[in-house]
Amino acid sequence: MKLDAKIPSGPLESKWENHKFDLKLVSPANKRKFEIIVVGSGLAGGSAAATLAELGYNVKCFCFQDSPRRAHSIAAQGGINAAKNYRGDGDSIHRLFYDTIKGGDFRAREANVHRLAEVSGHIIDQCVAQGVPFAREYGGLLDNRSFGGAQVSRTFYARGQTGQQLLLGAYSALSRQIGAGQVKMFPKTEMLDLVLVDGKARGIVVRNLVTGAMESHAADAVILASGGYGNVFYLSTNAKGSNVTATYRAYKRGAAFANPCFTQIHPTCIPVKGDYQSKLTLMSESLRNDGRVWVPKTKGDKRAPADIPDSERDYYLERKYPSFGNLAPRDIASRSAKEACDAGQGVGESGFGVYLDFADSISRHGEDQIRARYGNLFDMYERITDENPYKMPMRIYPAVHYTMGGLWVDYNLMSTIPGLHVLGEANFSDHGANRLGASALMQGLADGYFVIPYTIANYLASSKLEKVTTSHESFKAAEDSCRKRVGQLLSINGSRTVDSFHRELGKIMWDKCGMARDRAGLQEALKAIPKLREEFWQNLKILGTNEEINQSLEKAGRVADFLEFGELMCLDAITREESCGGHFRTEHQTPDGEALRNDENFCHVAAWEHQGDATGPATGHKRHQEELVYEHVKLATRSYK
Amino acid sequence: MSWLNHAVKNPIGAKAIMAVTGMMLTGFLVAHLSGNLLIFAGPQAINAYAEGLHKFPAVLWVARGGLLAAFVAHLYFAAYVTLGNRAARPQPYAFNNTVQATWASRHMVLTGLVMLAFIIFHLAHFTWRVTDPEIRAMGEFDVYQMAIHGFRQPAVAGSYLIAMAAIGLHLSHGIASIFQTLGLNHPRYNRSVRFVGPLLGVGIALLFASIPLSIYLGLVN
Amino acid sequence: MKLKLHVWRQKDKAAQGRMVTYDAENISPHMSFLEMLDVVNEGLITTGEDPIAFEHDCREGICGSCGVMVNGVAHGPQDATTTCQLHMRSFQDGEELYIEPWRAKGFPVLRDLVVDRSAFDRIIQAGGFISVNTGSAQDANAIPIRKAEADEAFNAAACIGCGACVAACKNASAMLFVSAKVGQLSLLPQGQPERQDRALNMVAAMQQEGFGNCTNQYECEAVCPKQISSDYIARLNREFIKATLTYPDAKK
Repeated sequence: MKLDAKIPSGPLESKWENHKFDLKLVSPANKRKFEIIVVGSGLAGGSAAATLAELGYNVKCFCFQDSPRRAHSIAAQGGINAAKNYRGDGDSIHRLFYDTIKGGDFRAREANVHRLAEVSGHIIDQCVAQGVPFAREYGGLLDNRSFGGAQVSRTFYARGQTGQQLLLGAYSALSRQIGAGQVKMFPKTEMLDLVLVDGKARGIVVRNLVTGAMESHAADAVILASGGYGNVFYLSTNAKGSNVTATYRAYKRGAAFANPCFTQIHPTCIPVKGDYQSKLTLMSESLRNDGRVWVPKTKGDKRAPADIPDSERDYYLERKYPSFGNLAPRDIASRSAKEACDAGQGVGESGFGVYLDFADSISRHGEDQIRARYGNLFDMYERITDENPYKMPMRIYPAVHYTMGGLWVDYNLMSTIPGLHVLGEANFSDHGANRLGASALMQGLADGYFVIPYTIANYLASSKLEKVTTSHESFKAAEDSCRKRVGQLLSINGSRTVDSFHRELGKIMWDKCGMARDRAGLQEALKAIPKLREEFWQNLKILGTNEEINQSLEKAGRVADFLEFGELMCLDAITREESCGGHFRTEHQTPDGEALRNDENFCHVAAWEHQGDATGPATGHKRHQEELVYEHVKLATRSYK
Repeated sequence: MSWLNHAVKNPIGAKAIMAVTGMMLTGFLVAHLSGNLLIFAGPQAINAYAEGLHKFPAVLWVARGGLLAAFVAHLYFAAYVTLGNRAARPQPYAFNNTVQATWASRHMVLTGLVMLAFIIFHLAHFTWRVTDPEIRAMGEFDVYQMAIHGFRQPAVAGSYLIAMAAIGLHLSHGIASIFQTLGLNHPRYNRSVRFVGPLLGVGIALLFASIPLSIYLGLVN
Repeated sequence: MKLKLHVWRQKDKAAQGRMVTYDAENISPHMSFLEMLDVVNEGLITTGEDPIAFEHDCREGICGSCGVMVNGVAHGPQDATTTCQLHMRSFQDGEELYIEPWRAKGFPVLRDLVVDRSAFDRIIQAGGFISVNTGSAQDANAIPIRKAEADEAFNAAACIGCGACVAACKNASAMLFVSAKVGQLSLLPQGQPERQDRALNMVAAMQQEGFGNCTNQYECEAVCPKQISSDYIARLNREFIKATLTYPDAKK
């Protein structure tokens, strides 16, 4: 396998402009001759499908939810970054580029990240034109706030519902194209396999989640925008349906999977309450603008927070990172919370929690001001915990939130399979080993609105694409293998439910491949996961049939893939002998507990290649490397002190 | 005509017609009420008023025609809206519950039908004078006598009171609804409209009801 | 906690459904309503009975997937709360709950508590957008918008498309849903060029989907998890009437 990132030559600032000129075009009359499949309808998929349809391509868009408007991008709360410098506080494309590279702990490609920063401003323009109601100031212009890992205010937001408003913008553009007949939408339809013809991605096999029908769709190019794999941990801030199936199936068909161990643990989530817990809820990072994080200085201090005087509190982020304070990047804030709790200073019943305290801000700005900024988040917190955060500090704990790893793509967002493009969280490209807050929305929309429309044209114009229909034998074979797999799942007839397997896998992953990892733990996980997988295939219990709405069957297919994928994650984590960003190996840390990178040996992207038959279990995973070349940024120890 | 058909045979157009006609009918009720209240000023006042109404037959018939048209349209679109609403939920809930909708708002059809029955009876009673031979025997404009005679009978007074209750309920929802349906709202006035509407509706009904009630109780002779 | 549940069970769109009674035991008051159903389902699977199908995804009150009637109230008894954010502490130990799917001609039941809400998508496709192609936008700050209008547009834009308004409406009307989108876009300068078309076409689509008519009972706003006000319905009425009277040739 050859990893050619296809990074354009020339100065960093003009790579994208020059590249756009060099890319081949498809003439307006020819666009309508091409079919493009888009899997996923979130910010990346929705914006790509809409834009490609506007250009005149025939688009088919698939999502497992009952409407494209429900993709999990909708749950992003805090905001979207853009280098507009409306504040005049020293922001620029270059600064956004630099912050993102540094935030990612120097494990992302310079050229990609610079392009991201370049198009960031257009995203805001586009969204405002669509009617996205961003927060405004009294003068009628757009408001900004600051976010972790940055010292400028470049985050545009729509109360605590920025993801929702951006997604509804993309959804409205998509709806317009569906109404116009340019996009054919397939909701409640899940991709189960990728189909290759002559080595090129030419279609997918899907299952209709209402009727169970297995259907094939052929196209000239396939775009995966199916999101991240955080649900491998069972408990995460992802939606219950979020899964790795689309990307993992592509992996098994030959697409390289890059940096699967790079997962982001978000520092501000509501702590776990009990065994029945089905999901974790995020409290936006924007809260750290006004909230102060602290734990009691004394171990096991069970006093009510109000009874602990200021001198007996440890505002550990402010103490350890005086220049960024409570706005330290996510990986650092999360790890610090874990350290405090591991040291016995944690709060709440379980001891796995730290305080996020608004008392100072409330006394400074007044309760009304705080309510205006975060009202919906405070209400949500109160609904879940039955505690009033205006009166007592919130209790928070880190939780799995985002996965920086994903299918490997080149500068054109194409995977190692020709014709298979990957966008948004599903690819690995822009966030390195840690994503900064408010950058996921930016990347998803950049990929969908402003990158793929150019680069996919180049692929279509420069490839020889024979006409392929779903009667091709590759489609038949893929359909058969999907049917067989569903049949297998239904015929196990064991005694354990899907959720119980998923929960057990999640616990292994969280304990051994979570916020801190070490060799011994990962080795245990690499033993435990195959054992669990074996039990899954022998002892799973699913009722009902394929030919109906069968939610257990849907889950089982996804969990089966997680059971294979979890192993790949651990493998990646054990091989990367360094700590960087969200990947913290306890063996590799500085004396004061900070991540210790190994630039000499690991300044590269690890891209894994599946070994063995695409329809059977993996016989192995082969590791490839894409060296990261830094021409403009000096590799430095990330410091937020 | 197809434009008109298109403009009114839809969820908002139909309701707008009901709102406009409802407003006209309410206007009529207010006028009718102000005439009726002259009964408290004595026989001369009200009888002269009744006679005065017939001085210009052309105006009277145009007004009656308009009223009838509004009435028929109100009924027709009420049926249109109601049938549409029935069809929109073919399968009812096993457990029915209401969070904030008022009784009046949920029973507009019932109170409307009671009013319809009443209007027919009321016309037969006082306008066509076919229900009671003694009223038949009175002079056409001797409204005062008719009322005194009519409302001394418990059954008649009672049925009028029931009808007035229906009118009160119907208007208590209907008047405020006119503003909502025609989009005549503004955050500054919404609260007042939702408060004054029911007040006005109930007020109109109470004033109407005061007539049979005071006659029955012997307060007016 | 212990509860008695009466749940609507229906195998598929064509099947006849019925209410079935289950006991829910060992329920913690800290569970969300859907976690309670998860527990019931785990039990059902173990005893060999098909689990109750219900729609859910984000479980944080924003995707709009979930939603059931609990004792005749859409999303249950707590104000401004989706079913997934409703917690069992809102109920009493030993309480009896009737759990039913949204009921409307426009929302046919697909299975148990799952309904088909694609009608909402089709209504949006009829005009719930601003026609702007990617790349053609001017600078975002070139369109200043008064904060009050921006905020009002936002209040409407908060709609999550869950369908509770239809479910709660005695007439199964979708007016609150439609009015939220029409309201949002009619309040913004960007939405002006298509303002009339949007109101006319979205109302026509709503009618075609078989939803009922608004009779101003305001049950919709009472159950709306995003507390969208029925004032937007008045705004929609105004938009529609104005468009009908002044703009007879709607673009189709």
